[in-house]
Amino acid sequence: MTAVAATVASTTGTTVAATARRSRLGPAAWVALGFLSIVVLAAVFAPWVAPHDPNAGDLLNAYAPPSGEHWLGTDGTGRDVASRLVYGARTSLLGPAAVVLLALLLGVPLALLSAWRGGTTAFVITRVLDVLFAIPALLLAILAVATFGVGLRSAAIALAVAYLPYVGRLALTAAETERRLPYVQALEVQGHGAVRINVRHVLRNLAPVLVGQGSVAFAYALIDLAALSFLGLAVQAPQADWGVLVSDRDAILKGHPLGVVAAGTLVVLTVLSLFVLGSRIAGEDRR
Amino acid sequence: MTAPLLEIDELTVDIADVPVLRGVSLTVAASESVGLVGESGSGKSMTLRAVARLLPEQAVAGGHVRVAGTEVLGLRGDALRTHRRGLGMVFQDPRSAVNPVHSVGSFLLERARDSGADLAAARARAVAVLRRMGIADAERRMAQYPFELSGGLLQRVMIASVLMERPRLLLADEPTTALDVTTQADVLALTEELRRESGTALLLVTHDLDLAAAVCDRIVVMYGGRVLESAPAARLVTDPVHPYTRGLLASRPPLTHRLDEIPVVPGTPLSAADTGDGCPFASRCPVALPVCSQSLPETTTQGATQVRCHRAADVLDGSLDVELPLRQEVR
Repeated sequence: MTAVAATVASTTGTTVAATARRSRLGPAAWVALGFLSIVVLAAVFAPWVAPHDPNAGDLLNAYAPPSGEHWLGTDGTGRDVASRLVYGARTSLLGPAAVVLLALLLGVPLALLSAWRGGTTAFVITRVLDVLFAIPALLLAILAVATFGVGLRSAAIALAVAYLPYVGRLALTAAETERRLPYVQALEVQGHGAVRINVRHVLRNLAPVLVGQGSVAFAYALIDLAALSFLGLAVQAPQADWGVLVSDRDAILKGHPLGVVAAGTLVVLTVLSLFVLGSRIAGEDRR
Repeated sequence: MTAPLLEIDELTVDIADVPVLRGVSLTVAASESVGLVGESGSGKSMTLRAVARLLPEQAVAGGHVRVAGTEVLGLRGDALRTHRRGLGMVFQDPRSAVNPVHSVGSFLLERARDSGADLAAARARAVAVLRRMGIADAERRMAQYPFELSGGLLQRVMIASVLMERPRLLLADEPTTALDVTTQADVLALTEELRRESGTALLLVTHDLDLAAAVCDRIVVMYGGRVLESAPAARLVTDPVHPYTRGLLASRPPLTHRLDEIPVVPGTPLSAADTGDGCPFASRCPVALPVCSQSLPETTTQGATQVRCHRAADVLDGSLDVELPLRQEVR
């Protein structure tokens, strides 16, 4: 019985620890987590959630007011605003996720390498990050779009490069602190290789900081991509995206701002939730 | 006599151009246990770290450190890893020497998992070693996380993790300083038992002379980045030669009776950076001669004792008695 319990505990240990951590989130972070879950679920199950085809127009029914049929009314070509918001969640979440993952994928190995090797390696890596700091994210994205063509992909890659120094610098500081801890030296004396120590041990201890910083960066990327889509440089017009929806100037001019306001509200709430949750996760585990 | 397992020869370490070790020489034979004692800043931990190649980034080492004939100081990459795998190192604070995010079992099986060894066999061995270290409910402990264990228990786990790999040489840096006294004796006794069985040699760094005398075959006394005296443990305690060793021994308060005055070594301990070419202890030595602050004599062997002191001959023939000043005990 004890042995069984021990086995169960050892396999579920991490999950239990994670649950314990989550339970210390506090009410604000719980609400944020709940809201984000709804947004993510809506994006994933968009075809089932959305009441209409987001791109099916009905010119006779343009700028219809909210009704049982169209909860948030229709836009200038008679497309269902609510459905466009639901489908818009897909690109609006996927874009920033790609930006953050790419920035982490580039930044974390650089940070670990720099902290591990020190000396010249660290000097070169930190200087490169410092130079990247000098380039504004949107400017780099506009440059990338101009070079590689308009679209979500080039915008996301450019933003990832622009976010690299923020993610990288934070990971670097945390990794350097971790590097000097006796447990890392103990592993070194055990004769373990640098890759194993970094991936299995150092990275695990950096996880809370990275998750926290990642969600904050996600929020910024969401704003930046929405801005780029607003400028017509990222997501292109027929496709639904919160940034595109916010940029519906005609609707505002013709006195039908509901869709624009709804999209803007979603952006603000999502970003706010990410900030609340992210800072909570990062702060909670650093104490 | 066969070549010693560990041979440190004129080891010097400078950190940012500040000398920390100024020519340390000592040997540890296979299966031998050697205690390295000295006050803070004497360089004993740095000597130990040089063997494991854990010196700080800015440190520059000179001289030789050989383990089983292999020069350690220049090792890199895979050769360094192979060297380290022959060692076991126990740190002062087990709490910070174990990664908190992995379970005890995961910590113990790290080496087996890395080398692709049979995990079930390694697990059985880990449990057996934990039991030998006096941890009865070893299986339950394997599933726990470091924060769930007391300091003493965690240090036993630490020592078990090292000894289960049967290293040739065990390096221990104040392994029991963070533990309370009863746990200390217990942990050390169990460690000794396991160590002797597996024929592992021990280099124990401690500031506790009594502890070193109880555990070690031989004791090496360091001061100011140099070795001043080396002798079999029993002999060092009964017949210390160097005035510094005498001072260390005399200034231990007795447990059996109360003293109104306690002998002290005057002055404060100096580190290697504060001393010149002379005997580092000269400025505090009650029997120092003018020559003492100018040069440190070569090591002389007096019976089983090796000592570096201008006055060693006088101390040994009994014509000189090292009198320490007395200080009122603080009440």
